[in-house]
Amino acid sequence: MSTPETTAAPTASPIPRAAAIALGDDALVLSHRLGEWAGHAPVLEEEVALANIALDLLGQARVLLSLAGDEDELAYLREERAFRNLQLVEQPNGDFAHTIVRQLYFSTYQHLLYAELAAGGGPFAPLAAKAVKEVAYHRDHAEQWTLRLGDGTEESHARMLRACEALWRFTGELFQPVEGVEVDGKRMETAWLASVGEILRRATLSVPEGPRSGAWAAGAGRQGLHTESFGRMLAEMQHLHRSHPGASW
Amino acid sequence: MVTLTPLETELFALAGSVPDPELPVLTLRELGVLRAVHVRDADSVEVELTPTYTGCPAIEAMSQDIERVLRDHGVREVMVRTVLAPAWSTDDITAEGRRKLREFGIAPPRVAAAAGPVAVGLGPTRTRDAQAEAILCPHCGSADTELLSRFSSTACKALRRCLDCREPFDHFKEL
Repeated sequence: MSTPETTAAPTASPIPRAAAIALGDDALVLSHRLGEWAGHAPVLEEEVALANIALDLLGQARVLLSLAGDEDELAYLREERAFRNLQLVEQPNGDFAHTIVRQLYFSTYQHLLYAELAAGGGPFAPLAAKAVKEVAYHRDHAEQWTLRLGDGTEESHARMLRACEALWRFTGELFQPVEGVEVDGKRMETAWLASVGEILRRATLSVPEGPRSGAWAAGAGRQGLHTESFGRMLAEMQHLHRSHPGASW
Repeated sequence: MVTLTPLETELFALAGSVPDPELPVLTLRELGVLRAVHVRDADSVEVELTPTYTGCPAIEAMSQDIERVLRDHGVREVMVRTVLAPAWSTDDITAEGRRKLREFGIAPPRVAAAAGPVAVGLGPTRTRDAQAEAILCPHCGSADTELLSRFSSTACKALRRCLDCREPFDHFKEL
């Protein structure tokens, strides 16, 4: 990947490297997961939609990781423990309901996060101000599918319930403080619960009751601990670059 | 905008006349992605370009095309920088650009729309946004059109269908 030099911050504020990596990894890993749908989506329009969302996320990842160092080196040559993405985004695609719920949970969070970062005027503001408008479409896409599947057939309803429950325990991690990300996590969490809860209720789905933090919840991705399937995902994502260093087309 | 020297004005027009690689009916100036041209010294020029979407892959082709055009014009050193702020908006597409999009069969974005997607009620199957300003069919001009998919051939477009002439069409969605 070679691009013209990107100027993300017109101000001279120093880039908090750890934060750029954490947010960049979220975008990179979810982009890769969504890319796995290529050739497998239920209908052609979804094939295209998921690939487009993946492309938006890849664009964010490239800007963020470039703020922290060499984007290719960071994406392709780090070991699993060096990734700082949320465990939510690395979860396997599962069925279409799982992918949609993962999108609903994550894009609602990302939309709130970027809106805060854009308003805050810090080093991530230029990217956040741009990406928040793109993420609004991701969130809308997830919302519409949640409504359609939740309030759909008995089968789609049951699958959505299953997905909502299964991914719920990964959502507490979204609001853990990240060094260098100057946002009010508590306020964001309240807004997230209200927004997601409202959509789930309209979709005739119940809001899961399981824990979002503590011993039975998941989430230590920001500390470099990841779930089992992440290693396999990385192996696939990094294989080409590691086997053929510097390969391009 | 800062004052441009006559040479900068000339080079800006030249760079701005480069066609968009994805939508060749539009020039980069009409798309609103060319931000500035600075002449650094005798034969070194810096160009500021902003992407439509953060992940838009066309930005690399745009940069190369600008470099080529300016080099052909005698500029020895061309440096194209990508700038993110202020964020590009579909309101940056010129009136002429909108007209060309419509002629090309793409419904242009509505101007100064509230940022982001317009929430739509969930119909029995497809979504028809009755409350928002109508998106007109670029083929027959009908206001009776419906959304088929929020994402189409590229991230910047949505797929719609005209309920009068039944033709599907792309809509350059508001950003």
